[in-house]
Amino acid sequence: MSELTRLSISEAACHLESKNISSEELTIAHIEEMERCRDLNAFITETPELALQRAKKSDARRSKGENVGAMDGIPIAIKDLFCTDGVLTTAGSHILDGFKPNYESTISQNLRDAGAVMLGKTNLDEFAMGSANVTSYYGPVKNPWVVNDLKDRVPGGSSGGSAVSVAARLSLGAVGTDTGGSIRQPASFCGIVGLKPTYGRCSRWGTVAFASSLDQAGPMTRSVEDAAIMLQAMAGYDPKDSTSARVETPKFNAELVSGVKGMMIGIPEEYTLDSTSEEIRKLWEQGCQWLESAGASCKRVSLPHTEFALPCYYIIAPAEASSNLARYDGVRYGLRVDGDSLDEMYENTRGEGFGAEVRRRIMIGTYVLSAGYYDAYYVKAQKVRALIAKDFEAAFADVDVILTPTAPTAAFPIGDRMGDPITMYLNDVFTVPASVAGLPAISIPAGLDSLGLPLGLHLIGRAFDEVTLLRTAKALENLADFNASPSKVDS
Amino acid sequence: MSLSHDDVEKIAHLARIKIDDAELETLRTELNNIIGWVEQLSKVDTDGIEPMTSVVGTNLGHRNDSVSEVNLSDKILANAPDRVGDFYAVPKVVE
Repeated sequence: MSELTRLSISEAACHLESKNISSEELTIAHIEEMERCRDLNAFITETPELALQRAKKSDARRSKGENVGAMDGIPIAIKDLFCTDGVLTTAGSHILDGFKPNYESTISQNLRDAGAVMLGKTNLDEFAMGSANVTSYYGPVKNPWVVNDLKDRVPGGSSGGSAVSVAARLSLGAVGTDTGGSIRQPASFCGIVGLKPTYGRCSRWGTVAFASSLDQAGPMTRSVEDAAIMLQAMAGYDPKDSTSARVETPKFNAELVSGVKGMMIGIPEEYTLDSTSEEIRKLWEQGCQWLESAGASCKRVSLPHTEFALPCYYIIAPAEASSNLARYDGVRYGLRVDGDSLDEMYENTRGEGFGAEVRRRIMIGTYVLSAGYYDAYYVKAQKVRALIAKDFEAAFADVDVILTPTAPTAAFPIGDRMGDPITMYLNDVFTVPASVAGLPAISIPAGLDSLGLPLGLHLIGRAFDEVTLLRTAKALENLADFNASPSKVDS
Repeated sequence: MSLSHDDVEKIAHLARIKIDDAELETLRTELNNIIGWVEQLSKVDTDGIEPMTSVVGTNLGHRNDSVSEVNLSDKILANAPDRVGDFYAVPKVVE
């Protein structure tokens, strides 16, 4: 463990700026850690040569006084859902075998333009479908938090590899994507910060699509300030994504240290579930008290359609997935399994190329979109979605930010909750509503449970008001003062 | 509403996914559980509610109908499992 891998992005940026360290040194330190911790299975593809090349270029820029901002020279990891020019892009699926895009996704391009150094592509649930990073064709990712029972735990998902690379100090930050909680839930399970921006804030162009009306890229970091820095480099209108929002990109750290005095925090009464552990309930109350102690007021709000958000999501997301994943046909890229006819080739390729969870979701999606069932399932879910969005709109008339737990439990052992798909879906019960409504939300590590596993608190903000969300998150981060690190890092 | 063996076969065909017979029954149970679970939405009164197709609420923009990139066939075909000249190759469709 090198001191360099313990820095935050903002600290590393200061050291780079004052030339205490070079990007090359910083990058080498992270490459060494990435290689040392291969047993975590956080990366599908490591790109150390590319990283060193880019680090040297960053150092050269800096020596000429040309540095391009706070991300210049910072080693990061990219979820293997983003197309990267000339670098294997798998989406964690067998069906994309050997796929090397010859273009760069807008998000990874924006980060490259900002000078960030890509260390590699991180493991994920296949096509980002999962909450435990156990559906990847490349095997499960291990959570670096190991407690007394010595069991290997899941890192959460689907951005599990990204979360682990940040938590285990293999990268200073990572890019994730969040469709129903895939940034925030693994952030909570791994004790890091995970931000899902407002839908439309970050371009989806060049990102392997799962559910297009929900997918959103975001930063995963070890501090709220780092999340603001990284989002700054990622966000912005992109003419190549028709749903990218034509709104001005604010300075995300503009109010970071303004505190929460006078702010109104909403506590949704429907988020009290029987399945939520007592420890998480207490932490939620504690979160409330922390914010009140800093001058905010907490107020109960009602989001009456909360219980329907998850079933609504499990109609809309599979429907969109079945349509998006129709493109994997063995013709243009990836795996092909031969057959005697074109149809047989399609069926063989898709039968072999997709894993069990992806197949299930495509089939659910196909069913709810099929003739005779479209109105009963898909249109119904779209109407419920409207009601869920209205609930939030009404709540935000009275409050600035909403506070909830991120997940109903801490990280669980690999292999648990595999019996019934719905049990796994329930992991996202607190994160899905904000996704359905397209709102920005962030998970902050706030404490440890009795086993010593990290637990996150979750803040939801108004659409396109990441500034207030980050400001509240920063205050909560200060108050929670979470400074534990996984055993993997202490060793 | 419960999916029969034939229903699952039909969905698998619509989705162009080959499922082994042995797996079909397990899948049928799983799909029925999921469908049964999402059917709780029928409890929600949605009379007079417009279906929400997008959370951003803006109209899709227009762009100029102009050529921006030309002759990318080699790049486009670079990942093809099979190609003939400048074309993707597939099993014979027309006799």
